[in-house]
Amino acid sequence: MAHASRIAAEQYNYDIVKKFAIMALVWGVFGMSVGTWIASELAFPILNFDIPQITFGRFRPVHTTSVIFGFGGNALFATSYYVVQRTCQARLYGDLLPKFTFWGWQLALLIGVVGYMNGITQAREYAEFEWPVDLLIAVVWVAYAFIFVQTLRRRSQPHIYVANWFYMAFILATALLHIFNNLAVPVNLFSMKSYSLFSGVQDAMTQWWYGHNAVGFFLTAAFLGMMYYFVPKQAGRPIYSYRLSIVHFWALSFMYMWVGAHHLHWTALPDWTSSLAATFSIMLLMPSWGGMINGIMTLSGAWDKLRSDPIMLFLIASLSFYGMSTFEGPLMSLKSVNALSHYTDWTVGHVHSGALGWVAMVSFGSLYHMIPRLYDTRLWSQRLVYVHFWLATIGIVLYITSMWVSGIGQGLMLRAFDDFGNLAYTFIETVTFMHWPLAARALGGVFFVSGILVMVFNIAMTIRTAHQEQAAIDAKIAAKLARANA
Amino acid sequence: MKFSHESIEINAGLLIVLTLVAISIGGLVEIVPLFYIPGTVEKVDGVRSYTPLEQAGRDIYTREGCYLCHSQMIRPFRDEKLRFGHYSLAAESQYDHPFQWGSKRTGPDLARVGGKYSNAWHVQHLKAPRSVVPESIMPNYPWLLENSLNYSDIADRMRALKKVGVPYSETAEEYQANVKKFGQELADRFNINLADESLLAQAESGNFDGDRSRLTEMDALIAYLQVLGTMVDFSQYDEGYFAEFR
Repeated sequence: MAHASRIAAEQYNYDIVKKFAIMALVWGVFGMSVGTWIASELAFPILNFDIPQITFGRFRPVHTTSVIFGFGGNALFATSYYVVQRTCQARLYGDLLPKFTFWGWQLALLIGVVGYMNGITQAREYAEFEWPVDLLIAVVWVAYAFIFVQTLRRRSQPHIYVANWFYMAFILATALLHIFNNLAVPVNLFSMKSYSLFSGVQDAMTQWWYGHNAVGFFLTAAFLGMMYYFVPKQAGRPIYSYRLSIVHFWALSFMYMWVGAHHLHWTALPDWTSSLAATFSIMLLMPSWGGMINGIMTLSGAWDKLRSDPIMLFLIASLSFYGMSTFEGPLMSLKSVNALSHYTDWTVGHVHSGALGWVAMVSFGSLYHMIPRLYDTRLWSQRLVYVHFWLATIGIVLYITSMWVSGIGQGLMLRAFDDFGNLAYTFIETVTFMHWPLAARALGGVFFVSGILVMVFNIAMTIRTAHQEQAAIDAKIAAKLARANA
Repeated sequence: MKFSHESIEINAGLLIVLTLVAISIGGLVEIVPLFYIPGTVEKVDGVRSYTPLEQAGRDIYTREGCYLCHSQMIRPFRDEKLRFGHYSLAAESQYDHPFQWGSKRTGPDLARVGGKYSNAWHVQHLKAPRSVVPESIMPNYPWLLENSLNYSDIADRMRALKKVGVPYSETAEEYQANVKKFGQELADRFNINLADESLLAQAESGNFDGDRSRLTEMDALIAYLQVLGTMVDFSQYDEGYFAEFR
């Protein structure tokens, strides 16, 4: 075993994958804890403690950035570097350059998060990084793209595996979105403050073109790349339909870019734009479900694994949540539904059924599959994976259902009239109504964070065991060599 | 020649180019025309850029992340009209870099909050929201009253905004153009060369935080809140006029 792992260590660059995988967990714990904290602030505002750095408005971007770019981003770097090497049967391009992407990415996140707490922000959702950080991210991203393409070119067989198409689309789209949404003029060269190049309606459209495709490519296409590698691997079966994956890929890549304006229904954005976005949002249901079916049906003939393999449970549950949230999304993009759901917690619940149910669950499954292989050992405890799975699932269900109650409830109250045609409720009455759903949502967060803490413990013990096994084998070899030399 | 998808699968360059084509079209079709189609931004009188003090307040609004709980975009619904006022026009945020339409209403919409409450109410509400609205879940912002307003780089801020299209003036010609467009008093406020004087003068005359001896962040933020949604005089237009632009 030790021999095999040493050869693998030379054939593939596992060191960089390990670094990113561990940081994914670190940012995951941090970002999800901050999320639970700000959720609690909404239920119990005293938790703001009059400390500027942790008030809801400044802390919320810390949560979104840490989970999307910290947890999600690091998990994507880790798995893409792993998958591209394994499927191309080639070592990752470069040595210093991948290290640069690692340190550059962590530095950008750190500056960003500390900055938000101190009021440094572009005030664009999910693109709050100020201009110096945006420049750093752009450089890191170019390096990442270069490494990925160079590794693809080293592949030892003619075909590029489907997972890599999705990772490639994610890298390209993220570059495009990042650059155009962050066009801004700094106040001066020594100021962290900048003003966006566009204003008003054009700025809104650009931002939500970015915002929804951060979901479409960062949080979907890339994680589908993960799905297309880790689901077949863990199931020990080939992907269900190769043809379906081709249709899935091109339809998804093309259609996602049209749907951002559904975040701007009924606003001052012209109707033609938001109608177009709604149309594409509904059509997007087809490739989304095509992908989900492709993933889930990969298990056909091996369904018994759901009983015996908790990692499979994570992967299949994630695809089920993916199917659910990609059904809910087109529903909410209908203008009549959106009139009620927009501006309410229903949107927040929808995002989290995707982010917790799909993105986090597929990442957990993939990391559970990948980390023991990186360290050439086995998971320390299968039972704890089950514990994690149920904690996470209970957390998600609590989260989503409480947000449905809160969001739909508020939406209905705000549009209710009394017999005389006056508004039936004041705004503050809806706030009072939302108290218990908001508290239940925070409790859901506590469950989810507990789950990832169980995972961190399990992974730490796995790595410790791997080091112990390695040390024992090294000692044995040393003893043998000593005897041979004597 | 028969096309086979395999030709893409074995050629990284082709895969990259075709993916770029696939992901570029949607954005191009939906974003670029918004800069060119006339009527995307309604023709309406009264909308102006922010004065230095209001802009400083707006920068505090974005710094504190107010947009995460408050929208500034009223939709054309009966309940929103009753609750918040006339629906928002694209023209009303044409000088907003960045836009602050928001995506969530944990608190009420602020697009027309200007003039709705007194300065004193805002001071008390920002300092301790639950002292005026007991059920409120908004955080307290006591530091707005404690922090002196830092306006040392306000001229630089205006210069940056001018670069992205906000009509502030630096030269005599630009100033004259502003006089013609906005009148003498506002043109003086938009004059970058007089930024500090203008900011202090407005704070002095407005006395937003109720204490003339100090210029605080509260002064600037309330100056901004009080101008929101007040620029257009809707009584000048009949309802059908704005519908034509939608």
